[in-house]
Amino acid sequence: MELSGAQILVQSLIDEGVEYIFGYPGGAVLHLYDALFQQEELKHILVRHEQGATHAADGYARATGKPGVVLVTSGPGATNAVTGIATAYMDSIPMVIISGQVSLPVIGSDAFQEVDMIGITRPCVKHNFLVKDVTKLAETIKKAFYVATTGRPGPVVIDVPKDITAPQITVPYKYPKKVSIRSYNPVVTGHKGQIKKAVDLLLSAQKPIIYSGGGVVLGEASKELIEFTHTLGYPITNTLMGLGSYPATDKQFIGMLGMHGTYEANMAMHESDVIIAIGARFDDRVTGKLDLFCPHAKIIHIDVDPASISKTVKVDIPIVGDVKPVLEQMLELIRESKKKPDGIAMANWWNQIRQWQAVNCLEYDRQSPLIKPQYVIEQLHEVTKGDAYVTSDVGQHQMWVAQYYPFNKPRRWINSGGLGTMGFGLPAAIGVKLAFPDENVACVTGDASIQMCIQELSTALQYNTPIKIINLNNRYMGMVRQWQEFSYQSRYSHSYMDTIPEFVKLAEAYGHVGMRIDKPEEVRPALEAAFAMKDRTVFLDIMTDQTENVYPMIEAGKGHHEMKLRVATGTSTDRELA
Amino acid sequence: MRHIISILMENESGALSRVAGLFSARGYNIESLTVAPTEDASLSRMTLVTRGSEEIIEQITKQLNKLIDVVKLIDLAESFHIERELMMVKIKTTTGEMRDEVRSMADIFRGKIIDVTPTTYIVEMTGPSEKLDAFLAAIDPDSVIEAVRSGPTGISRGEKGLHL
Ligand SMILES: Cc1cc2nc3c(=O)[nH]c(=O)nc-3n(C[C@H](O)[C@H](O)[C@H](O)COP(=O)(O)OP(=O)(O)OC[C@H]3O[C@@H](n4cnc5c(N)ncnc54)[C@H](O)[C@@H]3O)c2cc1C
Ligand SMILES: Cc1ncc(C[n+]2csc(CCOP(=O)(O)OP(=O)(O)O)c2C)c(N)n1
Ligand SMILES: [Mg+2]
Repeated sequence: MELSGAQILVQSLIDEGVEYIFGYPGGAVLHLYDALFQQEELKHILVRHEQGATHAADGYARATGKPGVVLVTSGPGATNAVTGIATAYMDSIPMVIISGQVSLPVIGSDAFQEVDMIGITRPCVKHNFLVKDVTKLAETIKKAFYVATTGRPGPVVIDVPKDITAPQITVPYKYPKKVSIRSYNPVVTGHKGQIKKAVDLLLSAQKPIIYSGGGVVLGEASKELIEFTHTLGYPITNTLMGLGSYPATDKQFIGMLGMHGTYEANMAMHESDVIIAIGARFDDRVTGKLDLFCPHAKIIHIDVDPASISKTVKVDIPIVGDVKPVLEQMLELIRESKKKPDGIAMANWWNQIRQWQAVNCLEYDRQSPLIKPQYVIEQLHEVTKGDAYVTSDVGQHQMWVAQYYPFNKPRRWINSGGLGTMGFGLPAAIGVKLAFPDENVACVTGDASIQMCIQELSTALQYNTPIKIINLNNRYMGMVRQWQEFSYQSRYSHSYMDTIPEFVKLAEAYGHVGMRIDKPEEVRPALEAAFAMKDRTVFLDIMTDQTENVYPMIEAGKGHHEMKLRVATGTSTDRELA
Repeated sequence: MRHIISILMENESGALSRVAGLFSARGYNIESLTVAPTEDASLSRMTLVTRGSEEIIEQITKQLNKLIDVVKLIDLAESFHIERELMMVKIKTTTGEMRDEVRSMADIFRGKIIDVTPTTYIVEMTGPSEKLDAFLAAIDPDSVIEAVRSGPTGISRGEKGLHL
């Protein structure tokens, strides 16, 4: 079969099993768009801004585990995609981004809409390819998917010069079933000796804690993690990226750890004598001040990426491998072992943890006449029976979802953790809804974040993706304002906009339903009404308490044991900010 | 500590910039870097001299290994190895006295005079970097028009080698 480069690209994606491609056309990809037009298998989703394409593909990837695919034109199309590529990179999300490029003979001549996409994206991709020969195109695409989805996943860019896709030049087409790359061989199973050492250490622990992260989601190892944790009976905490991979309502779960984690999780980390880190990368939001990090603990670390191990925190027993087989290997050894967890030590340890839990660090003022954002999230949890896909933007609202929406399944909580990209939530929700049209999909956002990709409301209408947008409208960049309150004597420098749009009208202008909610008692009925409208995108503009802060918190330069807790202040009637 | 890392990588156009980019993005220092194709034309070999604590060197080797284009690498400083650097120095030799002086210095350091003009000599010299430093220290600095150095390259001793 002889095909043009454009046809090869489209056919390769179909043969790879790609369902959706999120894109935006332009000069350098016109041949490709023509090839897309002439087929029906591969569905193209036209976004309104290339950043939206990357986040939508990313949301799709996070929810399904399959790679998200993006198509953008050269120059501005390519640069607009960079934020979304970096977002996926930081959270290790598998994506393949196809960018148009000027024709090979004019590369380097500052041609119209030329940018060095390979150079620009090098630091924020797992790998990138410039296609220089149409006969290598299919193989390059296969390699891109292979690299993006194996080992530690990540985004891969394929830069395709326009002449490579020209309809006049056809070459034989065959999509390779398999590729191998001699310089790329991700490790799968763990080193037996290391695993044995780790199991020994785990079983002799007095104050152990399991600290697991996004790697468990990425490695589809939720089932193994649950079995592992139940077998040991140890407490478990998750990072922001790991939420849902262990059921939040399970009694061994002690909440998220880190900057806005629970008091009990952070105290348990601080006091622990053995930590097993599973698919987590000791991020600075998690560790707090490094010198104060877990002073008494021996650390075991399972990670598929050797570079994640001992990067910021030196570990005692590193295990390089894929979390699922490694946990299976460990479980087998634990079951065979004569040694059992120390019952008395564990009773004492749990006793201590229950005392920390009694502090009730997530309590907030439930009597307030103002709408508390925490209350909205709790209601969202109830109305969606704890089973919705929830995307978020970045800020306080993101933390409140992490704290007040207990996720019991992996891939339900979809947010930008590593890069913290405002604008992520709405397009990501569209990607999720396309993947799971029958599931409830909510986007929890803030008055500032939502405006960064608001144009995608138009995409939501075009493709009929009925999502529910929950705007926790505090008329502030709340997270910035909170830091300014704590660290800059409440000098609220440019964290406020007094010209926030009327979101209800905006939603309506985009063809959706908009509702404004001003009173606590309106929250529940509004949520119920929104989710009852199965076929409409609904924008709930919820006026929340402006002064609310995210507690507890580890402030900059502090350790896990130095959390700032909420001081009971009674009602906050008169705390409305100017 | 000073480390000399030898890297076998795909001979692809972007490969070098991936290594250089990694060092600048992560704030590692590069003292020198040499690269050339190997006997297998699909591979090139890079020798990179860097300095850092144990932890930093460990991260450097891990991050380098993570680059898809990197096939293999070794830290030569971890075992017995031989290092050589090539230098060419252009020296002003306007008088007979200067010519004699340079010739005898070149002899002592086992350098070769590879080019002669009425007013200059070019001396070629290979050896460990310290030997080249010593030569430059031994001659009159005002007479040096320019010196070019390749940066060190190295190879491990014994039967082990860096190949596929
Ligand atoms: C405003 C804001 C506040 C935040 N506050 C917090 C906070 O309080 N607490 C918190 O936890 N985070 C917080 N974060 C998120 C934080 O920035 C990091 O993104 C997050 O902590 C990283 O999670 P992780 O360690 O699970 O790593 P991830 O980024 O999810 O990385 C996964 C790790 O697992 C490895 N891995 C991948 N696949 C596999 C596999 N198959 N097998 C084995 N290993 C694998 C990877 O190599 C990597 O090391 C916050 C972010 C924002 C924007
Ligand atoms: C693209 C981008 N720019 C700036 C920031 C820094 N930032 C983090 S949170 C935040 C404010 C978010 O405000 P809002 O969306 O209203 O959420 P809130 O904190 O009020 O819930 C800002 C500006 C960011 N994370 N991303
Ligand atoms: Mg806000």
